[in-house]
Amino acid sequence: MRAGDEALLSGYLYTARDQTHIRLLKDIGRKTLPIDLRGQTIYYAGPTPAPFGKIIGSCGPTTSGRMDAFTPALLKAGIRAMIGKGRRSEEVRRAIRKYKAVYFLTIAGAGAYLSKKIVEARPVLYKDLGTEAVYRLKVKDFPVIVGIDSRGRSLY
Amino acid sequence: MRKVSAGKIQAVVSRLAIEANISLRKDVLRALKMAYSKEKAPRAKKILKALIENAAIASSERIPICQDTGMATVFLEVGQNVLITGGDLSKTINSGIAGGYKKGFLRKSVVIDPLLRVNTKDNTPAVIHTKIVPGGKIKITVAPKGFGSENKSLTNMFKPTDGADKIERFILEAVKKAGPDACPPYIIGVGIGGTLDKACILAKEALLRRIDKRNPRRHIAIMEKGLLKKINRLNIGPMGLGGKATCLGLNIEVYPTHIAGLPVCVGISCHATRSATAVI
Repeated sequence: MRAGDEALLSGYLYTARDQTHIRLLKDIGRKTLPIDLRGQTIYYAGPTPAPFGKIIGSCGPTTSGRMDAFTPALLKAGIRAMIGKGRRSEEVRRAIRKYKAVYFLTIAGAGAYLSKKIVEARPVLYKDLGTEAVYRLKVKDFPVIVGIDSRGRSLY
Repeated sequence: MRKVSAGKIQAVVSRLAIEANISLRKDVLRALKMAYSKEKAPRAKKILKALIENAAIASSERIPICQDTGMATVFLEVGQNVLITGGDLSKTINSGIAGGYKKGFLRKSVVIDPLLRVNTKDNTPAVIHTKIVPGGKIKITVAPKGFGSENKSLTNMFKPTDGADKIERFILEAVKKAGPDACPPYIIGVGIGGTLDKACILAKEALLRRIDKRNPRRHIAIMEKGLLKKINRLNIGPMGLGGKATCLGLNIEVYPTHIAGLPVCVGISCHATRSATAVI
């Protein structure tokens, strides 16, 4: 996949945003992380609560740049892909190349639209954080654009 | 004195919080559709189409337009002949926000302390701006704003001799800095004049005005139109991936200021700029 390519993802994603990243890195450092995130995809998102009878509420991407400081360490720990919106730092771009990972963009501000691509949602970690908990999402035909490819080429 | 009960105000605030987050403003939706019809770049067009579809899904399924249902700013215009009965006004507003965010399944994104960062779990407190005005009515506007775009807003204290050119450059720089990060196509609210605090409130108020309505002051209306054109030549586009639609609307509000100063605040807002108003 090259920067700029469009794809539809089907499978599992794990949500994580600001406070979650601090906790993930602490738990990875102490080897106390109860789930295995190696090879997994992180989606920078904090959904709205699911109304009765719905799988999830609105669930679009948050600004990825806020997670830049934590990303190289997570990539080192085995995260394979990230989904978010906006630019990344030079350090992140280099780390993506080093670990042959990928950064996807998805449609910013289209949380209602994207919620229709989520077929399962379950909080699995740090539930006390509310919307910032880690949710395991099963997605079907989730639209993404490659923002930074595994060779470090960036769309921006 | 006209009596208005706190309970009534609370119910209205609650309804407005839900309405603002679920139904995209008509002026904004119209501007998105207009941008879609004008856009030539295929990718930009595709993204705009998804955003229009997003607004339709949100309103038909009653789920928020965006998962960041914001921190709520509440603008109150309270008629001086109104007597509010049965409760403390600030507490009433906050109860309305808490109720609306719970009932509407909106996200609770407010932390009690900016450094300790513990979630208040009901999205309160709101930021409340109150004006006392003539008459016997209360006008309430709930304007939730996400922080993806709030984070990109900028303020600067210019010299009084700097003039319009430097302000325009500053606004363009602010948009370039926001780039793809804050969910373009943007809506931009600018406050010019007053004091530091006044300029910031003006910038927020500017976002409440319909984006197809120009400032009644002619020189400001010309500045609004000129800036909008310049911003839309930056080729940032939807999601920052290029295109004509970088900004859907730009509103400027002004206020008298001091002989020694020229405060300017640029409030960047996303394509899901939200507000809902009611008069009691």
